[in-house]
Amino acid sequence: MQSSLRIVWIYPDLLSTYGDQGNVLVLEQRAHKRGIPVETVHVRSSDPVPEQGDIYLIGGGEDRPQILGAERLRRDGGLQRAIARGAALLAVCAGYQIMGSVFGGEEGQPVPGIGLLDISSSRGERRSVGELAADVDPELGVPTLTGFENHMGVTHLGPGVRPLSKTIVGTGNGDGTEGCHTGKIVGTYLHGPALARNPGLADLLLRWAVGPLPAIEDGWYERLRQERLAAVLP
Amino acid sequence: MSQLPLRAQLASALGRTAATLSRATGRGDGSVIGGRVGLLLEPDLLRKLAADRRLALVSATNGKTTTTRLITAALRELGDVASNAFGANMPAGHVSALSTNKAAPYAVLEVDEKYLPEVLDTTEAGVVVLMNLSRDQMDRAAEIWLLAQKWRRALDGKPAHVIANCDDPLVTWGASTAARVTWVAGGQRWREDSWCCPECGGPLDRKAADWACRECTFHRPEPNWVLDDEDVIDPRGDRWRLNLKLPGLANRSNAAIALATAEAFGLAPHLALPRLREVTSVAGRYTTVERDGRSLRLLLAKNPAGWLEAFDVSSAERPIILSVNAQGPDGRDTSWLWDVDYRILNGRPVQVTGERRLDLALRLDVAGVPFTLRDSFGQAVASLPPGDIDVIANYTAFQAIRTEFGRAE
Ligand SMILES: [Zn+2]
Repeated sequence: MQSSLRIVWIYPDLLSTYGDQGNVLVLEQRAHKRGIPVETVHVRSSDPVPEQGDIYLIGGGEDRPQILGAERLRRDGGLQRAIARGAALLAVCAGYQIMGSVFGGEEGQPVPGIGLLDISSSRGERRSVGELAADVDPELGVPTLTGFENHMGVTHLGPGVRPLSKTIVGTGNGDGTEGCHTGKIVGTYLHGPALARNPGLADLLLRWAVGPLPAIEDGWYERLRQERLAAVLP
Repeated sequence: MSQLPLRAQLASALGRTAATLSRATGRGDGSVIGGRVGLLLEPDLLRKLAADRRLALVSATNGKTTTTRLITAALRELGDVASNAFGANMPAGHVSALSTNKAAPYAVLEVDEKYLPEVLDTTEAGVVVLMNLSRDQMDRAAEIWLLAQKWRRALDGKPAHVIANCDDPLVTWGASTAARVTWVAGGQRWREDSWCCPECGGPLDRKAADWACRECTFHRPEPNWVLDDEDVIDPRGDRWRLNLKLPGLANRSNAAIALATAEAFGLAPHLALPRLREVTSVAGRYTTVERDGRSLRLLLAKNPAGWLEAFDVSSAERPIILSVNAQGPDGRDTSWLWDVDYRILNGRPVQVTGERRLDLALRLDVAGVPFTLRDSFGQAVASLPPGDIDVIANYTAFQAIRTEFGRAE
């Protein structure tokens, strides 16, 4: 690769309540280990989203910041243009819901999303909090998902997306699946630093952006994964 | 205080018996179980126990226990003070604290952020102290903007005098419906939760300590009290050198709040400050324990803002042991580790332990901070040469270490 890999972290001032920065740091580390130079931009919600990024990340947040984030992304249009150009996107939790046509606001009222994913979300009956494990769509070649979910959302997948995974433990979308994917977009309820527990997913995003990657030593990632999976899997 | 009705007296006496039993059987400091028995028998007990006292409620994400201790120490200058000194900060703990000291004309209660509206309604406290709000154990804590909104509603229309940190925009917003507020510029180290205006969601422009919304009129109020490095400047412009025994910036901020609160009770800084200086450790925090020639200073850090405060206290030349658990009281989700910037530890020998040491290990690896993984706290201590060592642990990890050292005070 000639130039740097450009990572764009969208709205850390609104949507980074749960250690979402971890996803940025993991991508940076795994790119650096392969000798890929990285340029990261943190885009505050008062600033325009640059269109020339390679991988976009958006995280979780409370109800009101989620609504504000959706409004600002819709008005800005930068992310939508970047995706149309072929950029990759990881959307987490509140950020995942924003990518759909609609999601539930603080009183359960429908709030329009930005329509990058064929999904619609609403507010469920109770909060799903806890460890999650799920088998990933074999098409993606990513090992079992592991992570933590903490949300009240129920997400319905339309025909324009495929489930990211089938849940073994946990709630996810609410219908036995967790997250979704289409093109170079992945959405998931695994909140916060989902990539720290799923380096395979981090590498998938990197491959989408830069092509085939050499393998690297996964020491601490793998030890943490095994411990967490052993703690929840039957 | 006046005589309690018979039913309340009985409830409170039974509560104390349960507390004594809990202490005698070694199951805790007794403060919660006693209160729970009392509340079950007499739901109105807290209201009755609080009546006829001058009462301050203290709430925040961080520093509640320490600030409660500081204010209690200051008010002892005026008379006897009842307080939940062990951090049992929900209504059962309040009942227990007040019923063990029925005669005290003053009370200072640490209150869990979520319970503040309920406890304020019940006790009709005359003084409410609000210091900071930041992300904290998100799998069980309320979302903080929602929390601040509940504070606003609870304070609205009540006569309570609020002492609040105006350097924290969310706290300022939460306090600003109160009838009377004394603003304290107590500083704000952790800013990641206050880039947006709590009133309208617009961007907050921040310059040094000052802040203002770019889109609406919400801005930092003019402080009445100011923490200026080692000094506190009171509303008359007099400057007080703190010289606390408790270390670090966060505790100087807690002390500034305590001085302003003491004055709300009519106690001037020259009488309050010597009392604050007598406080050396709080429920084992900041305490130093000895083992095999090693002096271990124990620091508690429960959330990202707390880690910043602990790093500020910790000495760069000392080796450090970090211990992280994820039991119920810690929050079962370790995501918050990724909000802490551990790079400040570069260059120090770092030992990692605790039940979730692998989460911390990966976090440090990604931050590029060298460390050694240890299976137990004892192993971590033994691996370091004799001398001074700092220990930072989250809640249950901290309690486990304290227990190993005989609940060191
Ligand atoms: Zn505003």
